[in-house]
Amino acid sequence: MALDRDLQAAIAVTRLGLGARAGDIAAARNDPQSALLSQIRESGADQPASSGATSVDRFGALLAYRQEKRDAKPAGDPKTPAVKADIKMLRQDAGEDFLARVRLAAVTDAGFRERWALFWANHFTVSAAKITTAGLVGPFEDEAIRPHVFGRFEDMLAASSRHPAMLLYLDQARSIGPDSLAGVHQSGAGKAVGLNENLAREIMELHTVGLNAGYTQADVTEFARAMTGWSVAGRDDPQGRAGQFVFRERAHEPGQRTILGKRYGDDGVNQARAVQRDLATNPQTARHLATKIALHFVADDPPTSLVARLQGAWTNSNGHLGEVARALITAPETWSPTAAKFKTPYEFLVSSWRAAGTSPDTIMAVAPILSAMGQKPFSAPSPKGWPEETAAWLAPDAVIKRMDWSEMFAAQTIGDRDPLQIAQNSLGARLTPLTAKTIARAETRAEGLAILFMSPEFQRR
Amino acid sequence: MTLTALSRRTALKGALGLGISIDFMAARAFADSEGAEARKRLVVIICRGGLDGLSLSPPVGDPHYAGLRGAIALPGFSASGGALRLDDTFGLHPAMTATHALALRGEARIAPAVATPDRERSHFEAQDVLESGAAVVYGTSSGWLNRGLSAMGPAGRVKAISMGPTAPLILRGPVEAASWSPGGGAQLDHRLPGILTDLYADDPLLGQALAAGMATQAMAKVAQSDVARAATMTTNTDVAAPLQQQTRKLGAILAAFMTQPGGQQVAAVSIDGFDSHANQLGLIHTRLAYVDAFIDGLASGLGTAWPNTVVVMATEFGRTARVNGTAGTDHGTASTALILGGAIRKGGLIGDWPTLAPAKLYESRDTAPTLDMRGLFKGVLRDHMGVDRAALDTTVFPGSAGIAPTVGLVG
Repeated sequence: MALDRDLQAAIAVTRLGLGARAGDIAAARNDPQSALLSQIRESGADQPASSGATSVDRFGALLAYRQEKRDAKPAGDPKTPAVKADIKMLRQDAGEDFLARVRLAAVTDAGFRERWALFWANHFTVSAAKITTAGLVGPFEDEAIRPHVFGRFEDMLAASSRHPAMLLYLDQARSIGPDSLAGVHQSGAGKAVGLNENLAREIMELHTVGLNAGYTQADVTEFARAMTGWSVAGRDDPQGRAGQFVFRERAHEPGQRTILGKRYGDDGVNQARAVQRDLATNPQTARHLATKIALHFVADDPPTSLVARLQGAWTNSNGHLGEVARALITAPETWSPTAAKFKTPYEFLVSSWRAAGTSPDTIMAVAPILSAMGQKPFSAPSPKGWPEETAAWLAPDAVIKRMDWSEMFAAQTIGDRDPLQIAQNSLGARLTPLTAKTIARAETRAEGLAILFMSPEFQRR
Repeated sequence: MTLTALSRRTALKGALGLGISIDFMAARAFADSEGAEARKRLVVIICRGGLDGLSLSPPVGDPHYAGLRGAIALPGFSASGGALRLDDTFGLHPAMTATHALALRGEARIAPAVATPDRERSHFEAQDVLESGAAVVYGTSSGWLNRGLSAMGPAGRVKAISMGPTAPLILRGPVEAASWSPGGGAQLDHRLPGILTDLYADDPLLGQALAAGMATQAMAKVAQSDVARAATMTTNTDVAAPLQQQTRKLGAILAAFMTQPGGQQVAAVSIDGFDSHANQLGLIHTRLAYVDAFIDGLASGLGTAWPNTVVVMATEFGRTARVNGTAGTDHGTASTALILGGAIRKGGLIGDWPTLAPAKLYESRDTAPTLDMRGLFKGVLRDHMGVDRAALDTTVFPGSAGIAPTVGLVG
């Protein structure tokens, strides 16, 4: 590698990791690539130190909320104090999960591993925008995403597609085959029942093959039919499985299905599983994800050679994500000296906390500012997740918000430390002479630190 | 700024948390903008998620409506909680009371079967086409409203601004866009902005964004004090919910931006959360109540500028005509666009109503499109903002010469 090792170490920690704490760049200097490769592990990403509540626990809280609401209904006002308390609790749970995730990012030694996990969590977005899913987003990431981020993509897709959070978020849980036993019975009783194609569509469009893969509305509808019956056990489940995945044979549309030209026999829950497996291993999925990974890690308009390299690693390893991560780290295009990616608000705040050597101890230090910058915690605007492109984040108002926050946070955190030292620790060889000079000329230490946070090289990675 | 100040401001941010963001654009330099042209105002509202046209303007008089919609059909004009009557066929959603009052004055009309050229039923693809103005998805990386500004006057005379922390596609492009959202506390007399301006000398992206942001902070101060002064202007006493009040206030703040000296002539507003796959009655009622509050705040706030204003509201696609299995609707094709303002021409439906007869449904499931969304936008840009046809056909909506501007919308 022609790159100077100091610059390579800075790139390893700031572009592929989450930003440098004091000593991080120095530690990576001996062998920057190995410092990243050693973070890949079959067991997956780290688990944030949250309350440990599972999706089943959180589903229980959701049921309690729904029960309170039902109880309150006959009395007229659905927003009784008990109902309000439940809503507050569901939101609080989500806030605690998010804080645990932020704190992990702020202190982890394995910044690449965490960035890789965040990429996949965003790829399989579940948003807390619905109260139904608010408490489930954290457990979803911990249960369906983090264990699989260096394993097979197929397994992550399977875990995501059957997770209660995803089934509820994309309305799969109540989709009923019109000709299934439940469908026939309920429509006979005058109830409107039927398909909901939301999850089936997004699995194809967003999670796997992507938009230009040549599937049609008929493919989406057929896949939605195959997915009928995939649901979440409710409070009346005879086997006490409330909050767990359940396959409702009675809601499953009978018959064979044809999707992307292939026939799938009626095999109950295995019918949609087989479709998912084929989608996971479809070459279009490799192309779609290789492009998306390159775009996230390297540039909005990534080099085609890098995309080809990642796609090759994906194909050769049958979608083994540890191998794809390895290919990303060892690709020369990844180490371009130009920092082409503008940090998202989350990335900006995490890297600032890491540079300052602190981590937030209350969600109030996190949620309001992230919302103001346009990235409300766990609340991506759509199943597509947060945008990756510079143009989506580098807007005038966003820059003002970053400047305001930098000024406030720098004043809180600087103490009697030297901002230039912090700049050297957090950017290493990426610190430009102009920024160093500007920090050195600051009137106060706090001003110097705010300049670091707002410098072009700190805003980018 | 202090932490306390930050927390106090979260109250107003609540409205932004709903996914509402406002994008202002295009203040012509005041000295250059005397005369009728300079008094024109244009607001584009984008409803994201696929707004159900059959809920926004329910065709309760269509013989197939109630059957297709089942449990989510809105009651007829005479029923309590029923549609608000526009004509024998169409009403407005019952949450749209302020908009309905405008319609009764001839200041709001519907285009009930409008669609972009995209037919894929993907949110992201359809939003791209809606905002880019291209004939095909990902055809261009800038927005039609931004390119429209270039066609409204010589380069350099147009300023652009967005409210909301991030920049939506519709206003990305060659014309520099500023932006603003509630909560900005930047002190104009601080040292930091000046220091950063120097630091960004070789970084045009950050430099321009900072400059635009600071300019907007100054305007926001004026706009907010205008709204505070006019705090008693509420006319709609039904607007009781705090979030609705905040939404109304956002409409009023936008109006205050647009009416101050040197204010923006063009704005884009984005409201999300319309993807109603399940239990859509409550969801759509809530979202449309926000939309209505926003429109009410905007119309009241614009005051004497309202007669020179056109507001267009559109969505990326409509939804299935039939209710789905979960009391919601899935991704469809045509939906309803609204056109409002004191500058619009009185009249009935814009475009034809294909009806909901089984043979008329697009692919046997969706409201069939009878009007290309670009025609609607082109009609407004030409007849209200004076953009000439050649620019509309080539640069603003590339390759759209075959799509005629809709006539009779304005004047």
